[in-house]
Amino acid sequence: MVNQVFSIEIVISNKPQARDPEGETILRDLFHKGGVTSVKEVRTGKLLAVKVEAANEEEARNKVVSMCNDLRIYNPVAHSLNVRVRA
Amino acid sequence: MKVAVIQFPGSNCDRDTVHVLKNALGLDADLVWHNEFNSGPYDAVILPGGFSFGDHLRGGIIAAHSPATETVVEIANEGRPVLGICNGFQTLIEAGLLPGALLRNTCLKFVCKWMNLQVENNNTAFTCSLKKGSKLRIPIAHNEGRFYAEEEILDRLESGERVAMRYVDDNPTGTSRGITGIVNEKGNVLGMMPHPERASDLSLGGTDGLKIFESMVEWARC
Repeated sequence: MVNQVFSIEIVISNKPQARDPEGETILRDLFHKGGVTSVKEVRTGKLLAVKVEAANEEEARNKVVSMCNDLRIYNPVAHSLNVRVRA
Repeated sequence: MKVAVIQFPGSNCDRDTVHVLKNALGLDADLVWHNEFNSGPYDAVILPGGFSFGDHLRGGIIAAHSPATETVVEIANEGRPVLGICNGFQTLIEAGLLPGALLRNTCLKFVCKWMNLQVENNNTAFTCSLKKGSKLRIPIAHNEGRFYAEEEILDRLESGERVAMRYVDDNPTGTSRGITGIVNEKGNVLGMMPHPERASDLSLGGTDGLKIFESMVEWARC
């Protein structure tokens, strides 16, 4: 099978129970002070946009998840990992 | 006693640490470039503070993947003393030698400040010449030094006497339970956010940091 290149986003953010002071500051000092009170929470994170060669979308996603675990791209004690394939 | 201070690209407290080891304590100390580190001749290893590999992705993660850190893990497993200061502490966590995480300070600022610490465990390679409960005055200088772990892990660390030191009076970084230094089960690997090498000369404001390095010497004698 011919491999394709998939665009994948890796999002690393603090777990809900670990405070995210940057998100708290954006919510308080930007959204709420700017009058946008309908926003109730902001969580920040780090985004890695990668291109991966694989036979299909599932394999591409699995490769990235394995890489994140093997290379400790996130610290599982404090971070949540979200891996999504871009259309 | 021969001590290696590992220098990564971006380390910036490496020379200060070597200066203290050599000139304040009279030890045989080498500044070792990370690609040239060979564990053989060393009785102890120190990972110094700084911004190894530019702190890209997060502090300590790239250094943790370096061959030098693989060797540090071997040395730690053999029971030789290993100290991680600030960025070195981050590296020890990312290398899996110590638990938890060091997150961005809750104040969102780089905090550079003299802190009062309390020694919680003196059965470690870097606190054994101190009494449990004794107070130290040592400065911190970091942006990502908020020690974090889930409550259950913190309880386990506390009950297992793995908390080596914590802040007293003040907690400007928002670190969990004031914890700023932890140790592995054997007591030979310690990570701490405060900089003992910056508190080892009266002309810089204090000498409490010397006790951390003196403990290493005492531990090696036993």
